Amino acid sequence: MSEIRSNIQKRRLRGVSVISALSVLSLIFFGFVSPGKDKTTFGFVLNNEWVILKEWVIAAATGARIFSLISVIASLFAILAYRKRAQIIVPVAFATFGIFMSFITWAASGKFIPFTGLLQGALLLAVPLVFGSMSGLICERSGVINIAIEGQLLASAFVSGVVASLTHKTIWGLIAAPIAGAAISFLLATFSIKFSVDQVILGFVLNVLVIGLTDFLYKKLLVPYQATWNTAPTFGHIDIPILSKLPILGPILFSQSVVVYLMFAIVATITFALFKTKWGLRTRAIGEHPTAADTVGIDVNKLRFKNVMIAGLIAGVGGAYYTVGSVGAFGKEMTAGAGFIALAALIFGKWSPLGAVFAALLFGFADNLQSTLTIIGVSIPSEFMLMVPYIATIIAVTGLVGRVRAPAADGVPYQRGGAH
Amino acid sequence: MSLELRGITKTFGSFTANDSINLRVETGQIHAILGENGAGKSTLMNIVYGLLKADSGEILVDEKIMNISEPSDALSAGIGMVHQHFMLIPVFTVAENIVLGHEKTGKLGVLDINTAREAILKVSKDFGFEVDPDAIVETLPVGVQQKVEIIRALIYEAKVLILDEPTAVLTPQETDELLKTMQELKSKGTSIIFITHKLREVRAVADQITIIRRGKVIAAVSPQTTEGELASMMVGRAVDLAPVKHKHSIGDPILVATDLTVRDALGTAVVKKVNFHVNAGEVLAVAGVQGNGQSELARAIINLEEHIEGSIKLDGREMRGESIYGSLHAGIAFIPESRELDGLVGSFSIAENLILDLHDQAPYAKGINLSAGVVLAEAEKRVTEFDIRLQSVSDAVSTLSGGNKQKVVIARELSRPVKVLVASQPTRGLDVGSIEFVHERILAERDAGRGVILFSTELDEVMALADRIAVMYRGEILEIVDSNVTREELGLLMAGVVNKKASA
Repeated sequence: MSEIRSNIQKRRLRGVSVISALSVLSLIFFGFVSPGKDKTTFGFVLNNEWVILKEWVIAAATGARIFSLISVIASLFAILAYRKRAQIIVPVAFATFGIFMSFITWAASGKFIPFTGLLQGALLLAVPLVFGSMSGLICERSGVINIAIEGQLLASAFVSGVVASLTHKTIWGLIAAPIAGAAISFLLATFSIKFSVDQVILGFVLNVLVIGLTDFLYKKLLVPYQATWNTAPTFGHIDIPILSKLPILGPILFSQSVVVYLMFAIVATITFALFKTKWGLRTRAIGEHPTAADTVGIDVNKLRFKNVMIAGLIAGVGGAYYTVGSVGAFGKEMTAGAGFIALAALIFGKWSPLGAVFAALLFGFADNLQSTLTIIGVSIPSEFMLMVPYIATIIAVTGLVGRVRAPAADGVPYQRGGAH
Repeated sequence: MSLELRGITKTFGSFTANDSINLRVETGQIHAILGENGAGKSTLMNIVYGLLKADSGEILVDEKIMNISEPSDALSAGIGMVHQHFMLIPVFTVAENIVLGHEKTGKLGVLDINTAREAILKVSKDFGFEVDPDAIVETLPVGVQQKVEIIRALIYEAKVLILDEPTAVLTPQETDELLKTMQELKSKGTSIIFITHKLREVRAVADQITIIRRGKVIAAVSPQTTEGELASMMVGRAVDLAPVKHKHSIGDPILVATDLTVRDALGTAVVKKVNFHVNAGEVLAVAGVQGNGQSELARAIINLEEHIEGSIKLDGREMRGESIYGSLHAGIAFIPESRELDGLVGSFSIAENLILDLHDQAPYAKGINLSAGVVLAEAEKRVTEFDIRLQSVSDAVSTLSGGNKQKVVIARELSRPVKVLVASQPTRGLDVGSIEFVHERILAERDAGRGVILFSTELDEVMALADRIAVMYRGEILEIVDSNVTREELGLLMAGVVNKKASA
C-alpha cells in the first residue's frame, strides 16, 4: 500500500516540479527578459450574445507579468498540496491557464486577439478528434486495438460528402457516414476477432486501403464530375434559445451545427453507459480479463464484435463533420492524421471518455492558437508556431500525466481453450 | 445435489487427455481428484464447467443428463468453479465482480450493485469471512480473492463447487482456513470437487479420493490410504516421498550476503538489507509466500537484478557488480524460477541448451568455431548421466516435458565447477517423479560439499531438504531457524508473525 502511495507522490512531485519551473520561466521570459512593448487587445464577442465585456486592453508586459504571477502563485498552492499529500490537479490547472495566457498576451503584443473565437475554433478542431477517440475508446475498452480510426473518419467523410451531393440533403450525408464507418469496423472486427490477425498491422492496412480508395475515387470521380459528386450542402448553426446568449460560453457551445450537439450527446451517453450500465460493466470486463468474463457466461467475441461496430458508427459521425458538418466538399486525405491524434488523445486521456475529450480539446486549442497567432501576424516564426501543439503535448504527457495503463487484454485476441 | 460423470473422453489431436472417465460425487461430499500435472484433472473439470466440450460421455446432475456446452449452462445447473487462476477482473471491485454476468438493472439501465453488496455481506457473515464489497480486487491478498470466488459461487447457489488446485497460491494458514471453510460448506450440504496433487490436504478433508493418471481413473480410494500409497498410484511406481538426508559435517561459510538490498525499476526496495550465509555442504532454504522478495534475492545473487546494494561474497571474493557471466563462472550455479522464460532457449536444440554457458570455451569452441561433434558427444553424456528422456539431442528443447526440461537446466548448471548452487523454485510444476529426482540431485550437491541456497514456497520441500531455513516476509529475512522447526511455526513466520521461541 505504502508503495502505491509513494508512487503517486513521485508522480505528483514530477508534475509540481514541471509546472513550477514553467511558471517561473514564463514570468522571467514573457515578463522581463523579452517583454512585449505594445498593448494587447482581447475580444470577447462573437455573435449576438449578451455582452459583459466587449474588449479588454492591457499593456503586453503588464499582462504577461500578471498572468505569470497567477501561475507562480498557483504553483505554490500545488507545492502546498503536494506536501499535504493531496490532489494537485486544481492548482496545476490554474497554473497552466496562467502560463498559456501569459504567452498569448506576450505573443500578441500590439494585436487583437479574438478570445472567444480562439476557444470556439479549438472546440471545432477537436470535434473529429473527440469522435475518433470515442471510437478508439469503445474498441480498446473491449480489448480490440483500433488503429483504423483515421480510415473510419476518412471513409465516412467521403461517403457523407458524396451522398449529400447526390441527394442534395445534408441529413442523408449524416445518415450514410456512420454506415461507412461501420463498414471499416466490420473489416476490423472480422479479421481481428474471427481470424485473430495482428490488430496494429490490420489497422494500418485498413488506413492505407481507405486512403488509396478515396484518393482514386476523388481523382476519377469527384474532380471531373464535381458538380454532381462533390458539392455537398452543409448544416447550418442552430442557436439553442437563451443558452446561446450566454456571454463567452454561448457562442462556443450553444450555437453550433447538429454534429457538435451529437458529439455532446454521444460523450455523455458513453460516459454514463460505460460506468453505470450492464453493457459498460461487460465491456470493461472483456477488455481486462476475457477468460473471466467467459466463465461467467459472457460471449466475449460477440460483444467485442458488437462494440467494434458501434465504434465504427461513432467514428462515422465524426467523419461527416468534415464534409456536411463544416466545409461541404470532400478533399483529398482531408482528415490529415486526425485519426492518429485521436488515438493520442485516447491514451493521453487514460482511456476514460472525459479524459479523452479533455485531451482532444487541448490538442484542438494548441492547434488553433497556432493558426490564430499566425493569422494575426505575431513576430514568432510560423515554423516555431507549428511546433506549439506538439510541445504542449510532450510537456503534458511527460510532466503531468501519470502512469497510463491500457485495458489489460487490449489487442489480445480471445480464444477459449487457452484455459486448459 | 449429486454429480455423475459417465465415460467422459476428450482428445486433443492424437493426445487423449481424458479416457472414458467415470466419477460420482454424492450430496454433501468432498471428493478429491488426485493426479500429477498433465494427468487430465483440469481438462475434466473444464468439461464439467462447459469451457471444453467432451468428445463423448454424459454429465448427470441428480440423475438427470445435462447438456453443458457453455459455462452459463453449468451455472444454471448449480455447478460453480473456483479456478486455479482466479476468474476475477483485477480492476473491478468485489461487488462488480460478483455482479458480472448476472447483472440486474434498475431505471435507465443503471446497474444494481447494492443487492450484490448486501448478499456479499450476508455470505461473509455466515462463513466468518472479512470481505469488503467495495475493495478493488487487485489490492486484496490472494487468500481473500479466493474467498471472493467462493462467495460468488455461493451467491449464485452452486450446489457442486469445483476447487481447482485451490491451495497452490495460499500460505499454510490460508490453506488451513480454506480446509475449514470446505468442511463448513459440506456441513451445509454443498458437494465439493477438490482437485490437487497435495497428499496431506487430501487426507485431511476428503471423503472419497479418485486418482487419475494419464487421463484414466486409476483407483477410487478412501482417505485412510497412506500418503505413500497415494503417491505411488499417482505416479505409477513406488515413490520415495522423503529423500534421505545423510548426516555429515558442515563446512565453512562459502557465500556471505551482508546488508543486501535490491530495488525495482521505480527504486522501491523489494529486498531490504538482508544478511545470511551458506556453509559448504549445507542447504539453506529460503522459505516464504510467493512475492515476498525471494525471486529478486535469488536473481541478485548472480547479478541478474539491476539495482543491488550491499555485499555478496563468494569464498571471500566480492561478487556484487560482477557481470552475470562472471558470477556464473566464479562458481555459482543458478536454476531460475521459470525454466521456459529464463532457463532455456525453447527453439534451440537440447545439445545447444546444454552448453549455453560454455559455448565460448574449450572443448566446445575452437577459435570462432563451435565444434559440433564435441557438443553432441558431450550432450549424449549429460543425457545419460541425468536420465533425460528424449528422442534426440538435436530436437528443440521445447518438445520436452517439464521434468525433462528442468533436468536439462540442472545438467547444464552443474557442468561448470560449482561452489554454490542457487535453486529458485526448482520443482514448481513438476510431477512427483521429477521432484524426487531434483531433490536427490540437490542433496547430492550438498553431500559433495557445495553450498545450496534453495528458494521454495513449498513447505514440504523446505522441511525435507533444508539444514537451516530463512523465512522471507515483505523483502526481509524475518528469522533463520533450524530444520527441526515445526510446520506451524514455519507457517506463522511465513505469514509475518515473529515467534521468539522459534529462533535458533
